[in-house]
Amino acid sequence: MTGLEVAFLLLAVSGGLAGLLVVTSRNVVHAALWLVVALASVAGMYLLLAAPFVAFVQVIIYVGAIVVLLLFGIMLTRAPVGRRVLDNSPRARVGAFVVGAGVFVMLTVFLAGAFADERISIQAATATAALGTSLFRNYVLPFEAVSVLLLAALVGAIVLARRD
Amino acid sequence: MPLLYPLTFAAFLFSVGVYGVLARRNAVMVLMSIELMLNAVNVNLVAFNAYLRDQLVSGQIFALFVIAVAAAEVGIGLAIVLLIFRNRETVNIDEVDLLRW
Repeated sequence: MTGLEVAFLLLAVSGGLAGLLVVTSRNVVHAALWLVVALASVAGMYLLLAAPFVAFVQVIIYVGAIVVLLLFGIMLTRAPVGRRVLDNSPRARVGAFVVGAGVFVMLTVFLAGAFADERISIQAATATAALGTSLFRNYVLPFEAVSVLLLAALVGAIVLARRD
Repeated sequence: MPLLYPLTFAAFLFSVGVYGVLARRNAVMVLMSIELMLNAVNVNLVAFNAYLRDQLVSGQIFALFVIAVAAAEVGIGLAIVLLIFRNRETVNIDEVDLLRW
């Protein structure tokens, strides 16, 4: 087992545990802070998978912007603390657990059947220049579509949240 | 590294997100669980990009698109949650049943 695999497994354990705590924590603010740990672990995985630019975008957009936005949402909605008010009834939680575990088992079995022997050989990290060239040469139309989507989301959020 | 490592982790993170969406009652917590699911998809995209050694780096570019769409989604989602809270003094999704017939 190489150092790369050990590092990946450590990140997987920390990301998985933090993800579990996000959905089970009784305190909304703690859940948001565990979300930071989970997202940072995923950013570390991007670094190990030779995608440094995606890793930095992950840190800037997710950890820097989305989690702060979620914390603002928590503060502005005066979210209460406690399992009873944050979660559905125990019966619904059992159902949710069954669905979640079923999805995990199904995905793992299918993926293990399809990709059991495949290995990733990590090459040099993708240069940001290569990413930009491909983005603006081959994917320029989806890029423009995303920019229009962000503008629409911006206008929509202002219209929805405006007070009058 | 075996391709199954990132794939299994992504499957786990996605399942945790599914559990969170179904088990949580607070709308902000549901949005957080959706972020977990989107991240699981991104791990898959980047892992397959490294596995296939794509010349166009399509996997990473689509991961960036997913991140941009997630940012737009959480902005709109929180605006709707704030609007519901302002009108109804609650963000519990089981109490918001205006559209139920």
